[in-house]
Amino acid sequence: MTALGIDTRLGDLQPEFWQAAGETLVMASTGLVLGGLLGLALGLGLYVTRGGGLYANRPLFVVLNVIVNFFRPIPFVIFVAALQPLARVVIGTGIEIWAATFAITIAAIFGVSRIVEQNLVTVSPGVIEAARAMGASRARIALTVVLPEALGPLILGFTFAFVAIVDMTAIAGVVAGGGLGSFAQRFGFRQFDQVITWSAIVVLVGFVMIIQLGGNTLARRVMRR
Amino acid sequence: MTASTGPLVELRGAVKEFPGARRGDAVHRAVDGVDLSVERGEIFAIIGYSGAGKSTLVRLVNALEPVTAGSVVVDGVDVTTLSERGLRELRRGIGMVFQQFNLMESRTVWGNLAFPLTVAGMAREEQQRRISELLHFVGLADKAHARVGDLSGGQKQRVGIARALATNPPLLLADEATSALDPDTTRDVLDLLERVNRELGVTILLITHEMDVVRRIAHRVAVMDAGKVVEQGPVVDVFTEPQHDVTRRFVRTVVEDVPDPDVVAALRERHPGRFVRLAFRDTAGRPSQAFAAFARHDVGFELVHGGIEEIQGTSFGNLTVALTGDAAAVDAALAELAPVVPWTEVA
Repeated sequence: MTALGIDTRLGDLQPEFWQAAGETLVMASTGLVLGGLLGLALGLGLYVTRGGGLYANRPLFVVLNVIVNFFRPIPFVIFVAALQPLARVVIGTGIEIWAATFAITIAAIFGVSRIVEQNLVTVSPGVIEAARAMGASRARIALTVVLPEALGPLILGFTFAFVAIVDMTAIAGVVAGGGLGSFAQRFGFRQFDQVITWSAIVVLVGFVMIIQLGGNTLARRVMRR
Repeated sequence: MTASTGPLVELRGAVKEFPGARRGDAVHRAVDGVDLSVERGEIFAIIGYSGAGKSTLVRLVNALEPVTAGSVVVDGVDVTTLSERGLRELRRGIGMVFQQFNLMESRTVWGNLAFPLTVAGMAREEQQRRISELLHFVGLADKAHARVGDLSGGQKQRVGIARALATNPPLLLADEATSALDPDTTRDVLDLLERVNRELGVTILLITHEMDVVRRIAHRVAVMDAGKVVEQGPVVDVFTEPQHDVTRRFVRTVVEDVPDPDVVAALRERHPGRFVRLAFRDTAGRPSQAFAAFARHDVGFELVHGGIEEIQGTSFGNLTVALTGDAAAVDAALAELAPVVPWTEVA
């Protein structure tokens, strides 16, 4: 078939195309939810243990900080390969979609934790002091004062993280993880089929835009409260 | 809190040191051996310039900052001996109001007032009743579901005060509660604090850098400078007979003293005669006595500077007068006044 006067196999590959889109969604949403939750926990850990924090603990903070600093900058294309042995131990397989999702989730934890920490430090120390003055426990302050106060920026941070996670899904092909990224590489880039490449791009951009719109709307509603 | 009869708050030799900013830096002694007691039912003010240590001092009381040395006793309990759990209990009995209000922007007015009640373990239905009671007391019944961000500064501070009173604490700490407010709103908030003291019997320990706040609502005042209390006593005494230089500077911000030299120079261009400052204290001479004495001695007088203030039922003030006429008559009039109206020559 031809589209815009260019030869393309997009028509023949439609089932594979939509399957790839589904795989991207599964990897990205699992990464966002699991990586987001665990990253929130790690980010909260960084925030409360830092100097002057609710549970200020320098040794623990240094350890967490070094771990995050070590793993976060590793390019994902290397990270996914390096994590293969761990994936075999933890989820029983080192290839295909779940191995890729595993690596995405781990990488997301480190990325999200920094975003969370950065947003939590903007919460007014005065509000925390007021809560302490009312006799609230530290755990209560962390969970019912700090997190709600930072919720708007946190939602925007998660939205931002989603784009990075979608970026990671494009590399899932390294462990045969599928998804639109590897679809575009296999059938678009390697076969000189620009229509397939750009179709994948349009769908990916669509995902990101929907999440971005949802995140912005939610954050605006939360911050106006 | 346990009931006891001594002072509600008692600090003995309280010291608070902070480590230097960098390793090897000298420690900073923010509070340097303070003795202080706040009696039940009074409004006690601590005044000082920024950096005098008053914010740190007030935080020693609810142990938001632990003392380095000395003792802090609140309602008979030595707070330095309390565990984390014990401290949380102590703090539930001490309300605190802040300069920047420190309300939770993520909650409505209602939500902010519910927080201390939830912390204290109050049931939800009871919270309802208490919150509406508090909102009525501070005059914000119509703002229950307003977002904090939509309130004015004065309204925010009213919410702050309501929040601090939520659990019926016998003691309220006010940390520069009016310093972020304009003069009108300051008056409203001070009136509210006075009502809290008078109607609810809540003891208030407030810190401020504004002498006007002290004059309006405090019963007793302590003046802090460089971590030390340099002077303390009933507000009237401190205003009328300031002993320490820092106190005199504060008093001068609300009570006219001697005109500044440049003002004196300008006054001399317009007014001939000898410049004398007369000090009036309610218990001693009145301005009318002074004016009568001048008239008797045929001394001309012109009031050129000063005013009479009224503080908690006591009038006092300083008047600078330009005296004209026979030099011997002026001397005689002043000699006659000296026993009742202390006067000083204005250079």
